[in-house]
Amino acid sequence: MTISVKMMRRPEPEKNSYLRATLSGMALTFRHLVNPAKVTLQYPEEEADLHARWRGTHRMEVHADGRPKCVACGLCPTVCPANCIRLVGGEDDQGNRYPVVYEIDEFRCIFCGMCQEVCPVEAIHVGRHFENAEYTRDRFVYDLDRLMEQDHPTTLLWDPSDPRSE
Amino acid sequence: MDALQPVSGIAGFIASVAKVVLVFAGVMLTVAYMTLAERRVSAWIQDRIGPNRVGPFGLLQPIADGLKNLLKEETLPAKSSKLFFLMGPMIALMPALVTFAVIPFAAPLPTHWGVVDMVVADVPIGILYILAITSLGVYGLVLGGWASNNKYALLGGMRASAQMVSYEVALGLSVVAVLILAGNVTLTQVVWQQQQLHFWFAFPLSLAFILFLASAYAETNRLPFDMPEAESELVAGYHTEYSGMKYAMFPMAEYANMVTSSALMATLFLGGWDLPGSWDNMFWYHGQLISGFAANGSVILAHPALWKTLLTFVAFAIKTAFFLVVYIWVRWTLPRFRYDQVMALGWKVLLPTGLGYVMLIAGATLVLDQLGLPWGFTYGLILTVLSGLATAGFLVFLDRGHTIFGAAAARDQKTIVRHRAGVPAQAGD
Repeated sequence: MTISVKMMRRPEPEKNSYLRATLSGMALTFRHLVNPAKVTLQYPEEEADLHARWRGTHRMEVHADGRPKCVACGLCPTVCPANCIRLVGGEDDQGNRYPVVYEIDEFRCIFCGMCQEVCPVEAIHVGRHFENAEYTRDRFVYDLDRLMEQDHPTTLLWDPSDPRSE
Repeated sequence: MDALQPVSGIAGFIASVAKVVLVFAGVMLTVAYMTLAERRVSAWIQDRIGPNRVGPFGLLQPIADGLKNLLKEETLPAKSSKLFFLMGPMIALMPALVTFAVIPFAAPLPTHWGVVDMVVADVPIGILYILAITSLGVYGLVLGGWASNNKYALLGGMRASAQMVSYEVALGLSVVAVLILAGNVTLTQVVWQQQQLHFWFAFPLSLAFILFLASAYAETNRLPFDMPEAESELVAGYHTEYSGMKYAMFPMAEYANMVTSSALMATLFLGGWDLPGSWDNMFWYHGQLISGFAANGSVILAHPALWKTLLTFVAFAIKTAFFLVVYIWVRWTLPRFRYDQVMALGWKVLLPTGLGYVMLIAGATLVLDQLGLPWGFTYGLILTVLSGLATAGFLVFLDRGHTIFGAAAARDQKTIVRHRAGVPAQAGD
């Protein structure tokens, strides 16, 4: 999906009169009237076609037994430029590190996706999802359970050999 | 079958009341759905979809809009002149609705009690009545604008009156050409003469048609002549201070004026309810409903029928709808004129053209009548050719020298001029 730039041909001096310009303008609008370009998305009924690298609502991957994949290494709160991730790590009996508290403030988040890039165990992801409206502000701080509940598709990381993710 | 008589007595009274109610309801319904049509057509022109949420295809949108406007708070500016402020919308809306009364909208309908003319009031002063009443509408805009005690509203009202004065002249002159040909100001007679000429007046009077079209846009304050409203200059013009239903009455008046002027253009220039062929020709001639004259001068009686009435009504509706769509189409294509351009077009172009054209048509009809040419196809054909030449000359005159300079074009031209003069183009040009 590339942006194409359309060069407008300007009328040459003394080649275009008001009358002719009016008629050509009427012809132009008539063409659009009878054959409008279908660009409007009827949003609630029609799904937006999100790009494979669209970065939206976060999601925490889980193991088969339901534990979060996060190992509380602390890289994501460190790299986060908006400082929106709060992580308190813990250690269980076997010496495995796990997150005791893992919260993401979706209001502070700038959706740069660096948490996903930096994660060594592919636990935290940004996702192809944007419908996260809430009635109160405190609902926008997603805790660990809520992040694990998310089931939308995750964002594809950038691949240099496929720069457009096609 | 007995000779057909016009409906009279108590049946005539009932028929009149029924026609008044039906025409009023029809005009109001058209006005309501014009708001929807305007929004949908503008949306399509701009590659959008437009209101399609209220009811199927958004068809209930006008009802929702009306309900909203009825329930909205009515504000009254503190320093306004309250009586005139309240009178403004009424005076604007009333003439817009009553003008439709003299426009015939279908062939006469035969009933058990007599033949019903499909026109609310076939008054003998038809066109004069319309010109007189539509001019009253501008009082509503001026009063509303003045009473608002707001400089923008006042300017909008002043512009409305200035524009009305300027274009009423051109409008009247283009109508004069029609009256010369029709020989009468009654609209039923205008339709009848077009049927007899075998030409709709848009052809033998093509230049008058163009003048009338341009003037009608100015008279109804539609783009490109919407100086009184001019949202980019005057906030909202004369109705800046209005809200709720009082505001809604101004657009309603504008749309009603559009409907009336479209119907009038269809009647004057596209034969009204006439369809090609002589099967639908009907006219009251000395108490007889006739469809034409035989070669020896005797009358041929007409045969009105329900299907003829319905078919001619559909023809009339289609012609009117055509002009209404063109109104919308023009609005969403052309930008607004500058105020001085509006005045210049009205006084320096349309008025002299209209005057000259009236002279031309008057002279042509005089010559043709003196030659004894009968009112019919040849007569119309000669006038069509003559008017075609006049129209072509007018368009060439309009086209001449009125060039558009886009920013890029102006820059290029400056460079060209410099090169010709031997001066090298400077950096930064």
